[in-house]
Amino acid sequence: MTPVGSGALQVANLSKTFTIGGGLFGPPANLVRAVNDVSFSIPSGGSLGLVGESGCGKSTVSRMVMRLTEPDAGSVTFDGVNLLSARGAALRQMRRRVQIIFQDPYSSLNPRRTIRQTLEEPLHVHKFGSRRDIAEKAENALTEVGLSKDVIDRYPHEFSGGQRQRIGIARALVLDPDLIVADEPVSALDVSVQAQVLRLLEGLRERRGLSFLFVSHDLGVIRHFCDHLVVMYLGRIIEEGPTAQVLDHPMHPYTGLLRDSSPVPDPKMRLALMRIVGEIPSPAAPPPGCHFHPRCSRAEGLCLTQPPALAAMPGERHLACYHPLPAKMRHTPMDIVGVSSQHDPTKSERLA
Amino acid sequence: MSQHSEPALDIRNLRTEFRIGGRWYPAVRDLSLTLAPNETLAIVGESGSGKSVTALSILQLLPQAGARIGAGEIRFEGRDLTTLSDREMSDVRGNSIAMIFQEPMTSLNPTMTIGEQIAEAIIIHRSVPNAEAMKEALRLLNEMKIPSAASRLYDYPHHFSGGMRQRVMIAMALACRPKVLLADEPTTALDVTIQAQVLLQLDELKKAYGMGVLFITHNLGVVAQIADRVAVMYAGEVVETADVVSLFNEPVHPYTVALMKAMPRSDMNHAGLEPIPGAGPAMTAMPPGCAFAPRCHLRQPQCETARPELLSLRGSDHLVRCPVQLEGSKA
Repeated sequence: MTPVGSGALQVANLSKTFTIGGGLFGPPANLVRAVNDVSFSIPSGGSLGLVGESGCGKSTVSRMVMRLTEPDAGSVTFDGVNLLSARGAALRQMRRRVQIIFQDPYSSLNPRRTIRQTLEEPLHVHKFGSRRDIAEKAENALTEVGLSKDVIDRYPHEFSGGQRQRIGIARALVLDPDLIVADEPVSALDVSVQAQVLRLLEGLRERRGLSFLFVSHDLGVIRHFCDHLVVMYLGRIIEEGPTAQVLDHPMHPYTGLLRDSSPVPDPKMRLALMRIVGEIPSPAAPPPGCHFHPRCSRAEGLCLTQPPALAAMPGERHLACYHPLPAKMRHTPMDIVGVSSQHDPTKSERLA
Repeated sequence: MSQHSEPALDIRNLRTEFRIGGRWYPAVRDLSLTLAPNETLAIVGESGSGKSVTALSILQLLPQAGARIGAGEIRFEGRDLTTLSDREMSDVRGNSIAMIFQEPMTSLNPTMTIGEQIAEAIIIHRSVPNAEAMKEALRLLNEMKIPSAASRLYDYPHHFSGGMRQRVMIAMALACRPKVLLADEPTTALDVTIQAQVLLQLDELKKAYGMGVLFITHNLGVVAQIADRVAVMYAGEVVETADVVSLFNEPVHPYTVALMKAMPRSDMNHAGLEPIPGAGPAMTAMPPGCAFAPRCHLRQPQCETARPELLSLRGSDHLVRCPVQLEGSKA
């Protein structure tokens, strides 16, 4: 995967450690490796989905790509320019081309500014042109996301959640970016509105040839929107590859678990999941070896001491696991003795 | 299921209203539902569909001012809950009908240990000595499969992860062996692998206790995993209700169909999502006819004037509030 074109992003060996605690009266200082040696790339016009559960570092990665959080190590290269070492005018130029959409449409818009002020501010900052050009640009962005330009002088509280998210998207679009970082852009929305916003993002991707870094915990949304999938667990990438392939034939036991835990709207597909799959360990004290081993039924030997490296697999896939799921099992739920519509608890006791 | 046994909870023509600008507007309109013992009834709907207000109406936890039950009965153990006094009601609450909420982070008291909180509920409702209540709390934590429960009894909520806090909430709700459990989006704030655990555990507990569970959610995937029967709500009314298999096999109401088409699935590729155009009606501006008509592609002239009734599909337990689709299914 050699990224070419203007919206190509390359992230290499990104790491971030946070310090928690410390201070005069606080608990002893503790280091949290939130992101540990993460590398991936997005080709121009591509969309990459970053999935994982709370604390896996997916949001930290997206914030580091935007330089909202400064990484400790690694590089972020966008269109051949290293974003982390860029300064001054070059950095400003890059900031224009990489924009973010936030999760919460209620807190990400300034309640005291009209939609016009919100949309025009980035254009003023980047000295886009005359007042009239700027006004026109803001109005166009608003119509592009499916809102009428008559509402441009209203305040955020006059809009519903879905409409606010559209405004957040319009704000990301006014500067004509090449890459959009979307951090859970639809998870605060109702299903019917979520579909509207996903449709809108899809349309923008096609029309403008935008690249997307799409962060989500919802595998359905990711499957719908992203061609490529990266699965993270406690700061590390554990599996990546083309979305449909990874979800249909997961190789890492955690990917399998994640897939099987995602409820599917079909009562015939009811899963008798293993009774207890364990808690997600705290990122402050991750288990040694493969971080997933305490919850993994396949863990043995090296898994407990030596973290597996992310290695290339056939079909553009990468995997960090010593004992991947066998191919024939990948189609049916892992660790589960069978798919049972009866919800028979005795069948699922194997792992207990 | 519901016809053969005495229902655990029987809601008849419930109408819950809120006062906005001096006038009363219904948030729940003529809602009738029955919940059998040992049954999970899922209420599914989007924000503003009245699903949470239904649960709050059952327990009479609506705000004192600005909200009222305008009409209808909530029958439980031979009594109508809407006619009970505050004192009688607080006897029912937590004792025979318990509720768990969405936010496991905010619904526990941060200044009390987990054990004290569970024991408090037991002491209030059963007036047993402290030591015995703590013993019962330990039993409940073990039942919820909290690892090393005996020592965690003395932990504070901030020591617990989200999934464990929600399990503590469930343990508290089950402390008095309720007949009915109201679960309002209990897994929405949890990660998927933890959600799967909690759902499975709720299902086992339902069987063990023989409770009726009213499970409120917006997630059709969760509904398919846990429900025995489903009621789909839109704009304060039930638009379709059926057992879970029939509903997913043959959704009839245009809103149910649209909801299913709007949900991206993780297990298969799909040609394209079909969003539902527009947005749900505001409580203050309910259309005179079918509430879904303005967004419906099957809309007929009569849909905009006459409010449709909830009627049986081919004489079965599958009820649908859409004359257009019911007429079509006869042919």
